[in-house]
Amino acid sequence: MTTQTASRYTAEYSKIETTLPGGSLPWLRALRSDALKQFSGCGFPSLREEEWRYTNVSGIEKNLFEPRLEPSDNQIDKDWLENYRLADCWQIVLVDGYYSAEFSVLAGLPENVTIKSLKESLEAGDGQIEPYLGKAVGIDEHSFVAFNTAWFTDGAYIRIPAKTVLDKPVQLLHVVTDPNRLAATRNLVIAESMAQAQVIETYVGVDQAYLSAAVTEVFVEPNADLTMIKLQCESEKAYHFGGTYVKQARDARFNHHNFAFGSLLARSDIHSDLSHGSECHLNGLYLGVKRQHLDNHTRINHLEPYGISRELYKGVLDGRARGVFQGRVVVAEDAQKTDSEMNNRNLLLSNDAEADTKPQLEIYADDVKCAHGVTVGQLDEKSVFYLQSRCVDEETARNMLTFAFANEMVTKITQKSLHDLVLAEVLKRFPQQGIMQDWL
Amino acid sequence: MLNIENLHVSVGDKPILKGINLQVKPGEIHAIMGPNGSGKSTLSHVLSGKSGYTVTQGQVTYEGKDLTEMAPEIRAREGVFLAFQYPVEIPGVSNIYLLKAALNSIRKHQGLSEVDAMDFLTLIKEKVRLLEMDEKFLYRAVNEGFSGGEKKRNEILQMAVLEPKLCILDETDSGLDIDALKVVAEGVNSIRSPERSFVMITHYQRLLDYIKPDFVHVLAHGQIVKSGGPELALELEEKGYSWVENKQAA
Repeated sequence: MTTQTASRYTAEYSKIETTLPGGSLPWLRALRSDALKQFSGCGFPSLREEEWRYTNVSGIEKNLFEPRLEPSDNQIDKDWLENYRLADCWQIVLVDGYYSAEFSVLAGLPENVTIKSLKESLEAGDGQIEPYLGKAVGIDEHSFVAFNTAWFTDGAYIRIPAKTVLDKPVQLLHVVTDPNRLAATRNLVIAESMAQAQVIETYVGVDQAYLSAAVTEVFVEPNADLTMIKLQCESEKAYHFGGTYVKQARDARFNHHNFAFGSLLARSDIHSDLSHGSECHLNGLYLGVKRQHLDNHTRINHLEPYGISRELYKGVLDGRARGVFQGRVVVAEDAQKTDSEMNNRNLLLSNDAEADTKPQLEIYADDVKCAHGVTVGQLDEKSVFYLQSRCVDEETARNMLTFAFANEMVTKITQKSLHDLVLAEVLKRFPQQGIMQDWL
Repeated sequence: MLNIENLHVSVGDKPILKGINLQVKPGEIHAIMGPNGSGKSTLSHVLSGKSGYTVTQGQVTYEGKDLTEMAPEIRAREGVFLAFQYPVEIPGVSNIYLLKAALNSIRKHQGLSEVDAMDFLTLIKEKVRLLEMDEKFLYRAVNEGFSGGEKKRNEILQMAVLEPKLCILDETDSGLDIDALKVVAEGVNSIRSPERSFVMITHYQRLLDYIKPDFVHVLAHGQIVKSGGPELALELEEKGYSWVENKQAA
């Protein structure tokens, strides 16, 4: 917000600096030091910045969220956590910002596939990290990226080797167990050429105020096919800032599904740079209730010709919730024959709910096909009456139509255990969930 | 079964229906014809309970009960079915589940237990065949991406499954080619019974070639200006609506 606030965090930095991973690596020390400088200079984003004009992050000012200096020995409610663990997945679990070997499930992982702690890999001197870390997103992107770069304690390092088709999805489960905790994690996902994989990021935490600040850098190399799903189910008192920054090489495919359900205030950035012939699909669903504020920011950069991008984000906002969609598609001068579509649809269920939507197309090439559409509205009364005339009472009809609106995004998830988890999280936020289930 | 007495209905301040009288007995088929803007669709909407209409005078009773006091879903559960002129697309809700939910709420209303899943499937498949529909339609979202004819067939399918007592068909023939019209008419005829009544609202006479009405009423300027037997429809077709409208003026 202001440099004064930033300095509050900056002043605490010396306490943790020596505990951060990679202190012995000159390139990382330099990167962190630049990031810290960048953050100290700008502070947290302000409403005056165009890309933050709808989202006030001053709540982070009021609480000084503190990072843990070492992995936690906190007792986790295992039954609760079990709800979010997906069957048939490799699991890498991060607790309060640190890799937890205890909770991760990686036994039997094919030897050539890497799923491990970023911290341990850095400390072991893995030379394969430097060419990637900080290369999908710069510290000047926005100050949360700078903040994350300076503060991150650990993260997941996932690498799928060339021509490898991963038989099971990888679940990255990010858990916060402490009130007032900062969990800053940095994840690296690399799908080498012609690899195929699915990575599921799941964000959960105790029913307290805390701050999750995660940056995931993703590299989809030539002809690789990567699907990522982000399921954000943080506590309703939490702050969540998560960015996924993707570099797609020639003919690479990237699919992303973004489910924003939790947090008091959440901001999500999904950015992808497309190369020649790459294809990118971004789907999103945000469900806001009470006083939740859910900000979704996407950017698709068509840098070279023949790229295809499709984007559909849907929002359902009730109570005094506020949903933000800022979607930007940039088609560079060289990116001829780009084919791009962007859509954002919002359903407002109460008079006090708000949707701010801003699709932006910036086209510098002259032979492209680009479309975008936006709607903000209420349930269609004709549909409500139609269902009523088919014996459905009004309340159920309204819930059913709302649910059907949201469920379109859920049905895009084909993996059974994940689909069921996402569906359960959607239903949790609906009244009459028993009836909904009958209808499915 | 249905008794409409001196019914006056307004939309906002504008009177649309100005004193309709109509009696429908069990097993009867009534056709209501009239030019555009005569109030035909308003009548069907008022009977099915769509909001936005104010009954300013008169009454509508159905099986002795005041219909206008009932919520739309209660009317439906009591056996009043409206086949829409423009069936609504409901993305995300599959046809078969809507049918099942509707049938079960009618059964619940009647104090019966839920329909057995196998019985339901057997029933539905029989009706689907009757309407010459593809079974795949059952698993598609309600009316989503259906052609005009498919939507109308789907309305009749719902009607055939829910077995209402009073069927209101609002311009079911509009937008149908002759083959589709025949299929829809066969569907309607197949569920005719001595207990079931029909009110068919139509602009044209051609539907009546396939579903023979007992009575034909002509609606103009919010009133029934002429009633008669099926021959009235033919006369109308020949002479046009101006014939009755002029007659009323004279």
